[in-house]
Amino acid sequence: MPARVVVLGGGVGGTLVANLLDKELGRDVHVTVVDPTGMHDYQPGYLYVALGQAKGHWLSREERSLLRPGVDLAIEEAIRIHPDAGSVQLARGSNLEWDYLVVATGARLVPDQIPGLVDGSFEFYSLAGAERLGQELRRIRGGRIKVGIAGIPYKCPPAPIEFTFMVDGYLREHDLRDRSEVELLSPLNRAFTIESASKLIQPIMERRGIGLTTFFNVESVDPSAHTVESLEGEKQEYDLLVLVPPHEGAEVVKASDLGDASGWLPTDRATLNVGGYDNVFALGDATDLPISKSGSTAHFEAPVIASRIASLVNGTAPKTNYGGRVMCFLETGDGRATSLRFDYEHPPIPPKPNRAWHVAKWLFNRLYWETVPQGRLPERAPFTTPKEVTS
Amino acid sequence: MSSTIAKLLDMRGFSCPLPIARTAQAIRELSVGDLIEVHATDPGSVPDFDAWCTTTGHELVERTEADGVYRFVIRKAR
Repeated sequence: MPARVVVLGGGVGGTLVANLLDKELGRDVHVTVVDPTGMHDYQPGYLYVALGQAKGHWLSREERSLLRPGVDLAIEEAIRIHPDAGSVQLARGSNLEWDYLVVATGARLVPDQIPGLVDGSFEFYSLAGAERLGQELRRIRGGRIKVGIAGIPYKCPPAPIEFTFMVDGYLREHDLRDRSEVELLSPLNRAFTIESASKLIQPIMERRGIGLTTFFNVESVDPSAHTVESLEGEKQEYDLLVLVPPHEGAEVVKASDLGDASGWLPTDRATLNVGGYDNVFALGDATDLPISKSGSTAHFEAPVIASRIASLVNGTAPKTNYGGRVMCFLETGDGRATSLRFDYEHPPIPPKPNRAWHVAKWLFNRLYWETVPQGRLPERAPFTTPKEVTS
Repeated sequence: MSSTIAKLLDMRGFSCPLPIARTAQAIRELSVGDLIEVHATDPGSVPDFDAWCTTTGHELVERTEADGVYRFVIRKAR
């Protein structure tokens, strides 16, 4: 009998693990992907939708079209995981049994956690939010634009900075920059968590006249007074407020008592096993690992999980470990970008922003559908491998 | 002024800015003069807590390091 693998979540990580396992093990495995919508969304595109540079319908495809024919897809909501019994309960009543479980349920936005956030601010972390922000940007004629972070951890750490650079470019293009203020409200004492990247970014912000307020962890928004307040006790006025909403892990993780208070799964940093179970794995945004929540993280974790499950199915000891590899693009506006490539041991050394990385990000956004979910972008390709650095 | 720790925050294994953000959150619930103790493993938390205390006015009472764990004791100032 083939080994039964259930993958919860049809995002980057879940889809790639499913396809790699099917490719690697063939008839020795039966993989079922469980996803509540059956649609696969390319979330990095939302930023571009907000700036009017991409259309929403480019960013979504049917999950079925991205899975190998041998992989089953159940368009169902998982409501409870039973790790000891080796099963998962689905919303419509059936119970799916597994020998190996991969939890790739991602993160969800919980905007209600911050008082006033829903009515007082805009976001680009959902397609609907990005479209609404795009309409607002086209409507405004200048003013005080504040960009902040309303909860940590959040997906794609560079995104708020990219947004400030891109909105600066947008305002210049529309002759509105003189009538506008653009300011980043950072939760830290610098623009970005990673110090080397911050050193590169802050001088560019200065040159563009983008303001920086440090230690601003958003606590509440007052939509009628147009003010935002921080946990540190500072209050700022705004005309347009763009906030990254707070994130939490999936409902099913919380309902199954497998996660921490915020629903992130306690995950081994090397083996990606969850909560001490040898046959349960997690990847991508769903984990509690102290690394970026991003598609690229899931992309690099997926082959590790596929390889470990393949070894277990074949009766050998799993050898492949995750080294913490992440790769991010960071748009700095004016058609330039830099890249952050790093792992657990090596902090990134971002190159000076240039045309090439901007084009690479643009290309990647377009090639994504035909490469990443299928595992066609080799893990060791020069494009994705971090530059060897000596610390 | 109290000399016992009112709250202990274990942020080992988390990288910045999470330790700062959680401390900012936790300190709201304390009374002025209360002490909060934070454990962290990210070396970046040392300059971060220095700067955060300077900015917010809270007092960094103690900072020690043992076996790669940084221990911060902060007194709520306002």
